[in-house]
Amino acid sequence: MSDILTVNPWGSLARFTQARIALGRAGTSQPTKPHLDFQFAHARARNAVHHVFDHAGIEAQLSERGFKPLSLNSAAETREIYLQRPDLGRQLSKASLATLSAIPDEDLQRDVALVIVDGLSSLAIEKNALPLFDHLLPQLMQRGLSLAPVSVVRQGRVAVGDQICMALQAKLLIVLIGERPGLSSPDSLGIYLTWNPDATSTNAERNCLSNIRNGGLDFPTAVHKLLYLIEQSFRRQLSGVDLKDETQAIPEKLSHENRSFLLE
Amino acid sequence: MSIYSHTIDGKVYRFRDLKDLLAKASPARSGDYLAGLAAVDYEERVAAQMALAELPLKTFLSEALIPYESDEVTRLIIDQHDRQAFAAISHLTVGDFRNWLLSDQADEKSLASISTGLTPEMLAAVSKIMRVQDLILVSKKCRVVTGFRSTLGLPGRFSTRLQPNHPADDPAGVSASIVDGLLYGCGDAVIGVNPATDNLHAVMTLIDLLDAIIHKYSIPTQSCVLTHITTSIEAINRGAPLDLVFQSVAGTELANRSFGINLGILQEGLDAARSLQRGSVGTNVMYFETGQGSALSANAHHGVDQQTCEARAYAVARHFSPLLVNSVVGFIGPEYLYDGKQIIRAGLEDHFCGKLLGLPMGCDVCYTNHAEADQNDMDVLLTLLAVAGVNFVMGVPGADDVMLNYQTTSFHDALYVRKTLGLRPAPEFEAWLEQAGIFSGDARILADCQDSLPGLFAYDLKRIAGF
Repeated sequence: MSDILTVNPWGSLARFTQARIALGRAGTSQPTKPHLDFQFAHARARNAVHHVFDHAGIEAQLSERGFKPLSLNSAAETREIYLQRPDLGRQLSKASLATLSAIPDEDLQRDVALVIVDGLSSLAIEKNALPLFDHLLPQLMQRGLSLAPVSVVRQGRVAVGDQICMALQAKLLIVLIGERPGLSSPDSLGIYLTWNPDATSTNAERNCLSNIRNGGLDFPTAVHKLLYLIEQSFRRQLSGVDLKDETQAIPEKLSHENRSFLLE
Repeated sequence: MSIYSHTIDGKVYRFRDLKDLLAKASPARSGDYLAGLAAVDYEERVAAQMALAELPLKTFLSEALIPYESDEVTRLIIDQHDRQAFAAISHLTVGDFRNWLLSDQADEKSLASISTGLTPEMLAAVSKIMRVQDLILVSKKCRVVTGFRSTLGLPGRFSTRLQPNHPADDPAGVSASIVDGLLYGCGDAVIGVNPATDNLHAVMTLIDLLDAIIHKYSIPTQSCVLTHITTSIEAINRGAPLDLVFQSVAGTELANRSFGINLGILQEGLDAARSLQRGSVGTNVMYFETGQGSALSANAHHGVDQQTCEARAYAVARHFSPLLVNSVVGFIGPEYLYDGKQIIRAGLEDHFCGKLLGLPMGCDVCYTNHAEADQNDMDVLLTLLAVAGVNFVMGVPGADDVMLNYQTTSFHDALYVRKTLGLRPAPEFEAWLEQAGIFSGDARILADCQDSLPGLFAYDLKRIAGF
């Protein structure tokens, strides 16, 4: 085989990056193994996008924890519609709006509305939403924050939470949502925090934590960052760019001192 | 505003105004449906195309899609229009214009001579009644040559942007991908990093890194850190060794405002980069990226279809004599371009419109994982663009961008194009590749690096890795 394949002798550089370097070549093309490895990574990401959301499983686990989750749908009826009509993914279906309007008064006007949304990776929600919830909940309780009924939304985008939070008359919206899958991160969860959202809320009014998954941002760190944002949000009665500007110190990644091996 | 109509077999199809006619004539794509602008059915679309074919090209000079008074991009298009260059085709309808473009009267010379007489709207209109092979054939006749430290766009040449992104902007990680790309013969268009943050300190660290590598190894290429133009201007003010100023641009004033730019800021960026006089073979210092759907996603499209908005972005780019322009065609997602078929057509439309306007067009042949597209679609678009004479494409290790989480073309993909179509890198870079022992004599086949590294990198790599 060695006379067919050309191996790249700079393979040890792979320790510096997850990029697919030093793949070698068959002629000048990708050898079979890296070619099929790529195909598998893409297949996994595709499956994550089209994976049918086991919302009942999530709802059952929330019930086991003593919550009565609201099972909601966006106005996008199928995955195909969802992918082409982000506007529909931001609205609730009529039936779900009716569900919300039937919430008893004693469940309204809580501090925090927590909304779990499949987004572009229901895999991310199935793997990461409840572990994150379990880290977060005791911290919210400890701070004396009251929780509105937890919502689980199918075929939703981030802004679908605004409608829910308004209906529940809660102060702060926290959306857990499956992020757009990358080849190396098909199960990445995002968190969006919005203070007192309304129908005109934009992304500039939200704070985001991204890449929460095994191998990315871990649950304790994510919850630590989220709690900081929550506390600041309640203290200053806002969220978004104005909050981020003051909390975001120079990111750790900017303080690196390591130099390029090419320039030593 | 005039009412446009077309009658087929006694059925009258009416179109509210010029932008409605253009939108309904546009080949189907999800973004126009999302905006509520697309034709309602197949027949209405072709009826609109027939009506459009009968429209005099002159109409686009008298009827602005977005009012002159309220949009500086419209003002730029109208004020910069060259009536003398337009004279040769001023009598044509859109349909005649297609025929002329395909005819042998339209050659490299005549296309270049009318370029400043064309408006983006004229090109968007004619592209809507052209098939894929028409877009390829006409683009292939155009030649746009630009230069900085390498000369790009020459006949028989095909260049690549080396895109060594890293999720934490780690210098060693970025360098590892640069070595990989250079050893695969990529990077003659630019070594261009998308930084993970717009933070000035981080950006300046990357600018320094790229500059140091280019100079240490005497690579005849240019660097770019794809940060916001205001960050680049600030970096220049602080003495950063910056080659190219980058900016995303769109086709309406409102969309550009959502990017935090206007024509005045672009001019400041151009002036700042030119003042450094860092180019050796040319003075093109701007790198622009565009993409269908950007105006709609900023809610700034004024009811104009996404492909026409995109063509208008090229008028913005043209004004600043860029070294590189590329349409990041599949990055925006399936709500704008749903599948491989839509992405492929859009990529060829963008290349056609840009080239005819005189832009050094490249293309980020790419897709996201929620689009109905895969590597096979990218192979099709890459091959068609290479046949059409695209100036450059991207090159990332193994087609997988680990920072931006999408798939674009790989170093191997570029070599596939060069091998099958007999295309070569920019001449200065090609000479460097041969001198560095990366390409062998015929300038296309990689030297055999089975057992030994090319001399240029051997010392540094052996030192760190114990090769």
